[in-house]
Amino acid sequence: MPDAIRMRFDVDGDDFAGAGVASSEVKRALKKLGMPPDLVKRTAICMYEGEINMVIHANGGVAMAAIRPDRVEIELCDRGPGIADVELAMQEGYSTASEQARNLGFGAGMGLPNMKRYADEMTIDSRPGEGTTVRMVIRAR
Amino acid sequence: MRIGEIQKLLNARLLCGEHLLDEEIHTVCGSDLMSDVLAFANGQMLITGLINPQVIRTAEMMDIRCIVFGRDKMPDAGMIELARDRDMVLMSSKMSMFDSCGILYQHGLRGEE
Repeated sequence: MPDAIRMRFDVDGDDFAGAGVASSEVKRALKKLGMPPDLVKRTAICMYEGEINMVIHANGGVAMAAIRPDRVEIELCDRGPGIADVELAMQEGYSTASEQARNLGFGAGMGLPNMKRYADEMTIDSRPGEGTTVRMVIRAR
Repeated sequence: MRIGEIQKLLNARLLCGEHLLDEEIHTVCGSDLMSDVLAFANGQMLITGLINPQVIRTAEMMDIRCIVFGRDKMPDAGMIELARDRDMVLMSSKMSMFDSCGILYQHGLRGEE
């Protein structure tokens, strides 16, 4: 395996139903590479929740994954409204999602806590009015 | 329990995944909230009343092999195609989620371990 296999996706903010394609592609790539099943599943969950968030809150963005022998690094970048209070957003149950998002089975304030639960490292860099970048590292255990 | 037995117990209509009826299921999750499925479920099967492509996507991320839609709800052709492509079983049952869960529990299936 080379140093890192990099994947990049444009996430369409207008396609609620199509959200999840990037996560699906990354999951398939990890499986194909023979990465440990636990790492594959945790990566899929983290990236999928992040991807859904980008569609629900930020009108899409760019999702990137770097696959290394012992870990996966994920970066999700959007130019959405930003998160005014990151600490509050991290609380289970807190959500600003629309009715449409809730109808899809999301927007219950579980996304960010889920990502934190399954990722080994997670940082949120957000500026209100400019956008949000979420970085996650998922390591093989 | 075999997926085929689950189909009989729930009197469910099989929509795709015929070749997987002999697969064994031990743990089941019943939820309409996909974030809950993503947070806590270690299940191999999902019972839900929610109909949209994100149900299939969520199942895909969680390695869930079988989805039962309650109250006779029917996924559209795109959802069935996605599930078929991801090698999943889709079924639709007239029963409510409560009854479906109750029957399967009575027959030995459990929630999260």
